[in-house]
Amino acid sequence: MLSRTANHLYWMARYIERAETTARLLEVGGRNALMPDIGGGFRNDWEAILRANGTLEMFNDKYGETVQRNIETFLFFDSDNPSSVLSCLNMARENARVVRTALTSSVWDAINSAYQELKQFQRTERSKLELSDLTEWTLRATSLIRGCIETTQLRNDGYHFMGSGFGIERGDNTARLLDVKYYVLLPSVSYVGSGLDQSQWVTLLRSMSAHRAFSWSYPGELTAAKIADFLILNRKFPRSLLSAVYQTCDHLDHIGRGYGSVSPSQAKVREILAELAEAGVKDIFEEGLHEFLLRFMRQNGELAHTVQETYLQGTPT
Amino acid sequence: MTERDDLVFNEMLNGAEVRAAYESLERWHKSMPDEMRTLKQSEAENLFKRVGITFAVYGEGGDPERLIPFDMFPRVFTDSEWRKLDRGIRQRAAALNAFLADVYDRAEIVRAGRIPEHLITRNDAYEKAAIGFRPPRNVYSHIVGIDLVRTGADQFFVLEDNCRTPSGVSYMLQNREIMMRMFPQLFLENRIAPVDGYARLLKKTLASVAPQKCDSEPTVVILTPGQFNSAYYEHSFLADLMGVELVEGQDLFVEGDFVWMKTTEGPRKVDVIYRRIDDAFIDPLCFRPDSMLGVPGLMSVYRSGGVNICSCPGAGVADDKAIYTYVPEMIRFYLGEAPILENVPTWQCARKDEFKYVMEHLPELVVKEVHGSGGYGMLVGPAADTSTIELFRQKIVENPSNYIAQPTLSLSACPTFVDAGIAPRHVDLRPYCLVGETIELVPGGLTRVALTEGSLVVNSSQGGGVKDTWVLAE
Amino acid sequence: MRLSVRHVTRYSFDTPARGLVQTHKLIPSTCASQNILSWTVSVGDAIRGAAFRDSAGDMVETISVRGPVDEMVIEVSGEVETTDLYGVLRNHRETVPPTTYLRSSRLTRADTALRDLSASALEGMEDDSALNRAHALARAVNTAIAYVPGETEEMTTAAEALSGAKGVCQDHSHALIALAHAAEIPARYVAGYLHSGQDATGEASHAWAELFVPGLGWVGFDASNRCCPDERYIRLCSGYDAQDAAPIRGILNAGVEEHLDVSVAVMSQHQQ
Repeated sequence: MLSRTANHLYWMARYIERAETTARLLEVGGRNALMPDIGGGFRNDWEAILRANGTLEMFNDKYGETVQRNIETFLFFDSDNPSSVLSCLNMARENARVVRTALTSSVWDAINSAYQELKQFQRTERSKLELSDLTEWTLRATSLIRGCIETTQLRNDGYHFMGSGFGIERGDNTARLLDVKYYVLLPSVSYVGSGLDQSQWVTLLRSMSAHRAFSWSYPGELTAAKIADFLILNRKFPRSLLSAVYQTCDHLDHIGRGYGSVSPSQAKVREILAELAEAGVKDIFEEGLHEFLLRFMRQNGELAHTVQETYLQGTPT
Repeated sequence: MTERDDLVFNEMLNGAEVRAAYESLERWHKSMPDEMRTLKQSEAENLFKRVGITFAVYGEGGDPERLIPFDMFPRVFTDSEWRKLDRGIRQRAAALNAFLADVYDRAEIVRAGRIPEHLITRNDAYEKAAIGFRPPRNVYSHIVGIDLVRTGADQFFVLEDNCRTPSGVSYMLQNREIMMRMFPQLFLENRIAPVDGYARLLKKTLASVAPQKCDSEPTVVILTPGQFNSAYYEHSFLADLMGVELVEGQDLFVEGDFVWMKTTEGPRKVDVIYRRIDDAFIDPLCFRPDSMLGVPGLMSVYRSGGVNICSCPGAGVADDKAIYTYVPEMIRFYLGEAPILENVPTWQCARKDEFKYVMEHLPELVVKEVHGSGGYGMLVGPAADTSTIELFRQKIVENPSNYIAQPTLSLSACPTFVDAGIAPRHVDLRPYCLVGETIELVPGGLTRVALTEGSLVVNSSQGGGVKDTWVLAE
Repeated sequence: MRLSVRHVTRYSFDTPARGLVQTHKLIPSTCASQNILSWTVSVGDAIRGAAFRDSAGDMVETISVRGPVDEMVIEVSGEVETTDLYGVLRNHRETVPPTTYLRSSRLTRADTALRDLSASALEGMEDDSALNRAHALARAVNTAIAYVPGETEEMTTAAEALSGAKGVCQDHSHALIALAHAAEIPARYVAGYLHSGQDATGEASHAWAELFVPGLGWVGFDASNRCCPDERYIRLCSGYDAQDAAPIRGILNAGVEEHLDVSVAVMSQHQQ
């Protein structure tokens, strides 16, 4: 397969996953904003969202005040913001368009329709659009695309490049969502375990559509340790870091097997996997959740770089 | 323009009677209620939109997302009509290739005084880098598109040759697909020769001209300028049908004696490049240095026999409108045969005596730019007003060698769906002849139709549409 | 005359290039006026390949370097025995019909001023020999454009050089080609080396024009030096213009800053 084709498929998947995360972040922010504001020790929750999204500075430059309406516009419709849902879906569509012959028509249809519908929203008066409608729409649209890929795409190398893209992006995104928590809590360690803290954790679970799954898996009192275990180390939860890395590993193994050679990216993903599989929640909290997450994101980024170099760049090595 | 209906050859009729070849179509359209026709028409449009075939034919520019109107009424050739065209087209494609092989070698045709040297050497399409080099099988133009018009039951004229990278073949294939899907009954009632072997023949043709250095199954690719090119759809469509990679310049690189394709499994040698980019952009180290579309060093690999480029750089010198006049001469000179298909009589404004004739008869003539295409920069005398004619007169006087003139042909008409049922509209035909180890031609081509009443301009940029083209088997 | 050449071209890149491809025409061909005694082109680690003799009779070779590349050095050295044939190119193997060189490029296109200069240079010479007419054109260029380095650049056209009345050998050659074309004389650009006397550091990379003179064939005219190439000249390659005849053509990835350092020395045998 042409490196460029694989590259487009891989990035198409990453952008789809990223669009979904931005929508999930918006949902977390929207719900957190409904929580009672307790005293001045708090940072603005929205700021944490933007920070996790890596766009705080850009937002401040463009809009200044962190008013919810502005943030909604910025994270959803702003084409200047590369992480906005609109930008991500546009990039996903552009990547897909170039390699249309490598996609089934139902996959292309799903991506193209999502983009067209979003353009339609953009023309709708903003006061008529509820935040929850927008985020729900995004989750539905991306699920449909994913479903089309799963049910119609040939299981060839192209499929596995998409899979690797989803996996790598998902790992990064779950880590970012978790990290939002860190920023919200940063001002005072004393909030850990308080009532408010709990409700924010729950919001986080909700944003990952995992609230009920969590309750089933972890009976009893809701604790930070349980949630961290669930989101980082639980293989049953499809968005956990461990699941994401397993998924990436599986797809990279398929690619390596198909080409009849073991690649440096397989070694890299195994390294991350080994470390994660051995880790316990206690270790993570000892290291510091934020530090742990930063380290994971860095390793995951290195993996992405290796994949890019091994397969997608096409320059001889 | 107005014209007398009795002067126009209507391909469906023989006098007042419907010709046998069209009988089933006559029944078909008469039995189709208006609302059914509207329904089918929009179904066809949706099918075109779905497959994404929305590009301008022949690099005419314009909105790349625009749909070219599809007329559902097929155009029909009988087996015996086609046999003559088939022979004539193959003959012409062979002669054009013999001409190219000659002008890049000893130029015997110039030495013999049959064609003036300056028409070749001073032609911008004549490529210095191609001189003294023999491409595989001595074939230069592997896909020859020959534009034909008909003026009578047995009268066909060649309007233009296209030796570089003629486009539009995806319409030929898609028009047929869509007709078969919408009106399967027609295909049961008529024995219509299939065209869907084109992709296989194209691949076979390209593989047959792999360079000598290629000692295994050749790797063929299509080189496209990219997704913003108006014919990108066609490029990806053909790549898909042939099962070959569609590459951009950035996907290829030169190393050592070969050209390589960047794949996820590492570099893979490429043997034959069916390029859909112009000569000037092929290699920035040989031609335009600012080209981002080409492959640096490609011409060196080509000239040293490591890869073949189809069509060969420099093939365009054979399809210039000034050279066109000499194609019948080429056929006699190289093949020792009489031309089967006629040229339209052409006056070269560069020649004094012919210039004089053109000036005196401007209102009756069609004037074209020597290097123009797509129906632009063209004067249709009988349809033009006095001021337009005078404007052209000035242009010709200023630069006579840039213009040729031809009589206004009375193009044949085919029944075409219009609001009030069917009506005759003027058509032309572009078949696609493949030249490799053998010369191949699928029975059919792309019929373009001038949808405006009386119009002779079939270009899609100027209100033209397309039709499915049938060749009936014996 | 026995000339030795040492020509070093050094490219260095601020940020390493991801890869590099170059097409070289760095090997002179043997003809009546020059006999190549020895000649080497070294390109370091670069991968060589795809070499061929082009239709104009010049050796062409394409080389590539896998990235990252931060420096590329091309070293040319050799010895040539030259003979003064008054600029006439003889026994040079080529297959391009001379009339092909009646076509102008962007750099050699004649504007009104160039056409006027051509006409005035040839005024009253209608019955003169083709050779004399060619000489007249070369003189006209030398008079109209003063040799002043630094006033023009690589992409300066013949028309621009004439209107500025200043230029270097590249501009003189382009202007002479334009004048010749205006007079319907086939003309082309030649790149080569010049032994410019005792001072070996003088301008040693040089360019001139060749005009096609019926009866003689291609004849070189060095408008900069008001002469025809003699035994001090080594002919390297030809083309429509400086770009087409460039001994080194390369492509870099966008955004890479390139620094070029060229040193050329041509010495006669007794200097060494």
